[in-house]
Amino acid sequence: MDNDDDQVVKKFMYMNRKAPYGTIYALESLEVVLIAAAFDQDVSLVFADDGVYQLTNSQSTDDIGMKNFSPTYSALGDYDIKKIYIEKESLDERGLTLEDLQALTYEDEDDDWAEKDSIHLVSREELAEVIDQQDVVFSF
Amino acid sequence: MSMLHTVNKSPFERNALESCIRLAKAGSSVLLMEDGVIAAMQGTKYSQSMAEAMANISFYVLGPDLKARGLSEGNVVEGVKVVDYNGFVDLTVAHDSVQSWL
Amino acid sequence: MKYGILVNEGPYTHQASDSAYKFTKAAIDKGHEVFRVFFYHDGVNNGTSLAVPPQDDRHIPDQWSALAKDHGVDLVLCVAAAQRRGILDEDEAKRNGKTSHNVIEGFRISGLGQLIEAGIQADRLVVFGD
Repeated sequence: MDNDDDQVVKKFMYMNRKAPYGTIYALESLEVVLIAAAFDQDVSLVFADDGVYQLTNSQSTDDIGMKNFSPTYSALGDYDIKKIYIEKESLDERGLTLEDLQALTYEDEDDDWAEKDSIHLVSREELAEVIDQQDVVFSF
Repeated sequence: MSMLHTVNKSPFERNALESCIRLAKAGSSVLLMEDGVIAAMQGTKYSQSMAEAMANISFYVLGPDLKARGLSEGNVVEGVKVVDYNGFVDLTVAHDSVQSWL
Repeated sequence: MKYGILVNEGPYTHQASDSAYKFTKAAIDKGHEVFRVFFYHDGVNNGTSLAVPPQDDRHIPDQWSALAKDHGVDLVLCVAAAQRRGILDEDEAKRNGKTSHNVIEGFRISGLGQLIEAGIQADRLVVFGD
């Protein structure tokens, strides 16, 4: 690992509250997450407010001339990132359900590489609890 | 654990403060800065929700950002404490972590 | 206390880099250590050597540059974000076949790992952005 004080394991949270494409924040946040995976920290991703639109399952950017980076989210499991929290109220307010989002999974090495769900649909109260436990919060 | 939350958006423009208030745990603190200071003022349509949130959360506002916008420290919602940049630094020391609601 | 700072916005359009500078200065003046300021997204524009603001305005890139000189603050521009936005140091310019470079003294260009490392090593990471 390229981390020279690897004894330290902190809880790192990435807070995503913005829709993709209108601004670059969603894409560049994802780039940080992928780099951070090499540092063996305890990583959580949160999608709340308009951030839930980052995970919609039928993005097509051909007509706006930008790269569709949404397929990259499905690689998060390979990077051992498996704590992905989505605030239920944010989906409800936008008339969305989990059906509208891509499925994100990881293979559990402790369970014969069984494919498991990385997405945790959480209530506002549950999410508040998760946020409060973090050591470092990245927001973009 | 206690967290310092910072909000730098006017509630009239974005929902950062609303999201912060709904997800900040009781006992945490919120610092209003930049355009976020607008939420600290008395007599806005957000003053009531500010007052209600203060039952569980401590609110601070960055004085230099109030002054820059022609807003008087004397007119902030009762209970909101005014700090300068030194006070901002002290708040980050007094809390375990900092979350910016961008 | 040891601080890491993340700046997500460029100078002048948003107040973010001014706020970050004021916070950093206050922390140093109070005896804390700010060991790294990481510039990401449009924040990389804080490191340009070509800014020429009007005489009566603050010179934001120069202010940062002075912090590096006077207090040894490590100012890091994200390489990927900087390349996207045309902020290149001499090495990057050469590597990419460009004839000029524009990173002001005191800043260096490096990878996102430097941001993660700041998060790990700092007692507090404070984010300034839009």
